[in-house]
Amino acid sequence: MTVILEWLSGLCLLLGGVLCISGGVGLLRMPDFFSRVHASGVTETLAAPLLLSGLLLQMELSLDSVKVIMILILVLATNPTATHAMAKATLHGGQRPLEFANGKDIGGDGSSKP
Amino acid sequence: MIAVAAILLSDLFAVVMLFGVYSLLTAALFMDLDAVDVAFTEAAVGAGVTTVLMLSSLHLTKRWEALPRRKPLLGLLVIGITGAALVYAVLDAPLLGDPTAPVHQHVTPRYLEQGAEEVGMPNLVTAVLASYRGYDTFGETVVIFTAGLAVLLLLGIHEDARMRPGVSAIGDQVVLRSVVKPLLPLILLFGLYVQFHGDFGAGGGFQAGVIFATAFVLYDLVFGDGSARAVVPPGWLHRLAALGVLIYGGVGVYSLLAGKAFLDYSALAADPVHGQHLGVLLVELGVGIAVFSVVLLIFYAFSGRSRRR
Amino acid sequence: MLTAAIVAILITMFLALIRTFLGPTEYDRMLAANSFGTKTVLLIALGGHALSWNSFLDVALLYALVNFVGTIAVMRFFEYSNASEERDDPGTAA
Repeated sequence: MTVILEWLSGLCLLLGGVLCISGGVGLLRMPDFFSRVHASGVTETLAAPLLLSGLLLQMELSLDSVKVIMILILVLATNPTATHAMAKATLHGGQRPLEFANGKDIGGDGSSKP
Repeated sequence: MIAVAAILLSDLFAVVMLFGVYSLLTAALFMDLDAVDVAFTEAAVGAGVTTVLMLSSLHLTKRWEALPRRKPLLGLLVIGITGAALVYAVLDAPLLGDPTAPVHQHVTPRYLEQGAEEVGMPNLVTAVLASYRGYDTFGETVVIFTAGLAVLLLLGIHEDARMRPGVSAIGDQVVLRSVVKPLLPLILLFGLYVQFHGDFGAGGGFQAGVIFATAFVLYDLVFGDGSARAVVPPGWLHRLAALGVLIYGGVGVYSLLAGKAFLDYSALAADPVHGQHLGVLLVELGVGIAVFSVVLLIFYAFSGRSRRR
Repeated sequence: MLTAAIVAILITMFLALIRTFLGPTEYDRMLAANSFGTKTVLLIALGGHALSWNSFLDVALLYALVNFVGTIAVMRFFEYSNASEERDDPGTAA
């Protein structure tokens, strides 16, 4: 039983770590604010519960594990909301996503930077 | 590195963000040094409240830093000399954790060895803060109260005519509201937990006060300006802040009247350890109430002003 | 495996920090700071367990909250700056 739990925990941590890094790379490499928001928002909201479940499986059941569950729920609830709010504020502030047509960008307002 | 970047950037908004990040790293550093209560307070105040307040003041002033008109050589000289003096003084200080350091010789062993019996609570930091060094904490509370007083005198709390609860410039905010609404009571509950759990784990009055205030600040940010004002009018906060300090001082005066020294908690109950518990409870309550009201008052003062055109 | 995850989080934090320095618009910086904050919560939770800190979960919980409030505050700030500077609504759908 403990071996299965350890395995599972290791798997969760591995997946979470990979997602985390891919989110970070996406933050750097995406050309436009909106694609960055999408990259970091989605990967983070998945990576956080994975990492926290990996942690949970390694702790024994106590007050600490309940707190980890609370952190998990809090992050799961607030991260997508914050992402939504940021995207909305940016849209309202005048930024527009990059538009591509036939491989050349026709629109956008210069928010693309490496 | 972050501090250097914060100094060099002239976009003040980026500076505020960097300060938030800097506070965060400091909190992590404190955790590493095993000072959990300090890390707690640093995270709550430095990364949360200060960022919000700095943003409010940014809204009132310019976004970009004005270039200085002449080179401040005198300032550079003063800083250079002071910095050199500080470094020189630090060179002489004992190493961190050195067992022969004077600070570890007299008072600290007493706190560590007898703290558990005399005060009777597992969290020694709270024991030292509220009981052994109660005077200092009283001074801190009065300082916080004075800061709030100063902000009120300088800025005042204005009712901006454009402020109406529920109105927001961005438009429809269904997602934000529906997520934040159930979150608020949980935050308040967490604040209560931190307040009363301070005897055992990290926590105490300062952190709990800030968490309480954060809940109201969140409410105000999400549900439109003036919403928090409708729930907790500034008049209440004036009285609450004074009440917090009064509770703390009141405990001290009661001990005086009972025939012992000021803030000697053993005068509060028959059993001295019981008295310590009761005293710490009341004192932390006073601190929590005072911190909460002052932080919220400062937020009201900042957010109530609009940019003068 | 825990150490690997912690290293991964540290790398991501560093990447987010780069974006905070670079980000051409302020929205990028806000996004990167929010990301940095969430990663810090995870770092404190995982690192605290690995290094056996005391009461680290309270700090993590608090910081998750503080990060959220900070992001909302920044959003408000933009909202006011934009509302006071441009009167015409660029026509956003809800």
